[in-house]
Parts: sequence; structure tokens; C-alpha cells
Amino acid sequence: MNGLGWTLSLALGAWTIALIVGTLVGVARTLPRGILPRLGRVYVETFRNIPLLVQMFFWYFVLPELLPVRVGMAIKQMDPPWGSFVPALICLGLFTAARIAEQVRAGIQALPSGQMQAASALGFGQGNMYRLILLPQAFRIILPTLTNEFMTIFKNTSVALTIGLVELTATAREINENTFRTFEAFGVVTIVYLVIALLAWQIMHRIERAAQLPALAGGGARP
Amino acid sequence: MIEINSVSKSYGSFQVLKNCSASIARGEVVVICGPSGSGKSTLIKTVNGLETIDSGEINVGGFRLAPEVTNVAALRRSVGMVFQSFELFPHLTVLSNVTIAQTKVLKRSKAAAEEKARSLLARVGLSAHIAKHPAQLSGGQQQRVAIARALALDPEVMLFDEPTSALDPEMVNEVLDVMTGLARQGMTMVCVTHEMGFARSVANRVLFMDGGEIVETAAAAAFFDAPRSERAKAFLAKILKH
Repeated sequence: MNGLGWTLSLALGAWTIALIVGTLVGVARTLPRGILPRLGRVYVETFRNIPLLVQMFFWYFVLPELLPVRVGMAIKQMDPPWGSFVPALICLGLFTAARIAEQVRAGIQALPSGQMQAASALGFGQGNMYRLILLPQAFRIILPTLTNEFMTIFKNTSVALTIGLVELTATAREINENTFRTFEAFGVVTIVYLVIALLAWQIMHRIERAAQLPALAGGGARP
Repeated sequence: MIEINSVSKSYGSFQVLKNCSASIARGEVVVICGPSGSGKSTLIKTVNGLETIDSGEINVGGFRLAPEVTNVAALRRSVGMVFQSFELFPHLTVLSNVTIAQTKVLKRSKAAAEEKARSLLARVGLSAHIAKHPAQLSGGQQQRVAIARALALDPEVMLFDEPTSALDPEMVNEVLDVMTGLARQGMTMVCVTHEMGFARSVANRVLFMDGGEIVETAAAAAFFDAPRSERAKAFLAKILKH
């Protein structure tokens, strides 16, 4: 079950990238002025409007050609499976980041504007205001949609087989080609995906429960 | 303490503040009243820079605010503000609500901040509730926490923007009592409020606003007993009828 290992590392690695980049872009989109909100918009529209498969091909086939020759060669000569894993990781991370950025933005904008005013009136700078006041509330609001995103990223890892990463689905295909036991091969993989999804849901459900505030049923922001 | 000089502000073509000037001395309690939409809340929010101004200038305890001044962090440390809808931070406990700005903005130690918070929460009568979250408190209790939160930074001026308007009638007095106590201790206060009883008994002066202008400034008793302007007379006749 080597394929399972690659699926899990790809999903968790990409999730880490997506959370960090997605939060930064989401915050940038809510800033009052400057160039950052516009850059954030460009990022989101680019990464969520191009099919994941096309993006996967871009990172694997096109990017090494665009970089300086030496860097491009170094990427192409990475040993398998790293030559597929790294582009897949970047691709899935940045793709999911665009989706998370939109959720973070929505979460921040769902907060009453008075929260920002109250934080400003107490002398908080922008960094502290987001870190201590706005984001902790925004994440509580968007936890249910993040759960959905977290479950999706495991399923999206299967697209990496198109650039040669032998993850779970590719493993099933190999077994099928070697043994012709189609039903067993894909049956097992189906169940494994299902179990992963249920585990992912369990983890997020526990986080949701732990983050819930007393006397606030949905973790909303209104007093 | 506060000097407001010829301040004007517009939202697009709508002028919310028209050439407003006022002067508030240290230790004075001033109530701003007037019909809704008259610019009261906007005016009070210009004093700590929450609303920018288009022209004129404001001096608060030596800090000069003008249209081109954008760094107002130093000003906000010396001006506390209480909002109509409390705006406590719902994800923090009552105690953390009162300590967070002390530790993160003023860089006080956690122990010093908590000691200060406990004494302020005791002063507003909420010692029993420090471990709760805001949503577990009544509106009046939340507003008293909000007052303690603002006082925690040792402000020289306190601004109140309709602090009792969102409260059930039976909770209004508990908040007004805290405000009265503050006034008695010599805090400089500017309050936008419709509580005319509070204005009459606690305020030194009343600023009456209408249509973005400060129409009348008078000692509290004089304003209620003998308003000079027609607009103030009409306003008082409406709100004091019942």
C-alpha cells in the first residue's frame, strides 16, 4: 500500500500550503486599500478558474521550460517519484489555497464591522487585529466549509496520477493491468478513499467541537 | 482637552458634518444629542480617528488630528470608546477581553494586566463573571465589560456612542450608574445618548446637533429648561412629550 502513503503525504502537504497561502490571500482580499486586494483577486480568479488537470500539466510540463535552463533541468532530473510529487504538491496546494482564500475572505466579511472598529479603537495595529480578533472568529464561521475542502483535497490527489505519481488510484490501475482483477483492485481503492474521507471528517468534527464557544450554537460572531 | 475646529466631512455628495467646532475641558462631561442622522455618531468617531475628516482639525490632549494625519495609534491609546452594540470579542472570555489590549498594545505583563482587569471588573460589578464568554452575559453586563475594557488602557478621555440604545429598559440604569460613577471621578467624557435624565443630572454641557451642524451648545440645565434655537425646542418637545 505504498500508493496510500503518497496519497496521504500529498494531501496533507498540499493542505498545509493551502492553509497558509489561502489565509494570507484571503486576508489580503479584505484589506481596505493598496495593491494587495487586487493581487489577491487575480490569484483567486487564476487558480480557481483553470481546471485542476490543466494546472497539473502546467506545473509538470510547462514550468520547467519557463524557468532558466539550469533550474528547469534540475527539476526534470529529480528522481521519481519526487519529479512528480513536488509539482503535484505545489499544484494542489496553490489550487486549494484559492478556494480557502475565498472562504477566509467570506468569514472575515461576515463579521460585524464594529469588531474591526473596536479593535482599532483599542489601538490594535492591522497585524494584531487580524491575528487576535478577526481570524479566530472568521475560522470558527468557516469551519464547516473547510471540512468540505479538507475532504476534497484527498480526492483531488488522484489527478496527480496523470503526471506519473503512483498514488492510490494509479496503484489500483497498475494492479489491474498486471492481474486483470479489476473489481478487486478498484473495489479496495474505493473503500480506502471512503475510509480516508470519514477519518478526515472525524478530525474536522472534533476541531469544530473544540472550537465551539459556549452559548453560541453555530460558533457565530454576534453577541 | 479636546478642541474640534471647523471639522467637515462628506460621504460622496452628502455632507454629514458641516463646519463643526467645539471645545471640551479636562474633567468635563459633555452629552451630544439630536435627531437621528444628525451626525452625532460620526462626530464622536472623528475624535479617535475611526472616521476620517475632510477638513478642519481636532486636538486631543496634544495629539493633532487632521485630514492628512493617518497614524493615529498613539491617539487611540489615550481615548477609550464604548459602542452601541458593545463589540466585545465573542471568542474571548470576559477577562481576556479586558486584558488583551493591555498585553498586546501596551505590552503590560500578563500578571499586571490581569490584576488591572480584575479590579476594573470588580468596579463595574462583574467579578463573578470573569471566566464567561460575552454571549453568556446580558446586554447590560456586556456593556459594562466593554466599559472596563476601554478603561483598562487608562484613557484620558472616554467616548460613548449611544451606550444604552441597544439595551432592554431594565438594564439601562446599571450602565448609566457606571457612567455616572466615572463622571464623578473626574473622567473627561463625551457621550452620544438619548438618555435625557442622565444628560440633565450628570452632564456639564449639551451639544445639540441637527443636519450635521452643532446648532446649540449650552449648560445642561439651561439647555433643557430654556433651549435657545427653534430646532432644539422642536427636538425636546418631541422626546419629552411622554
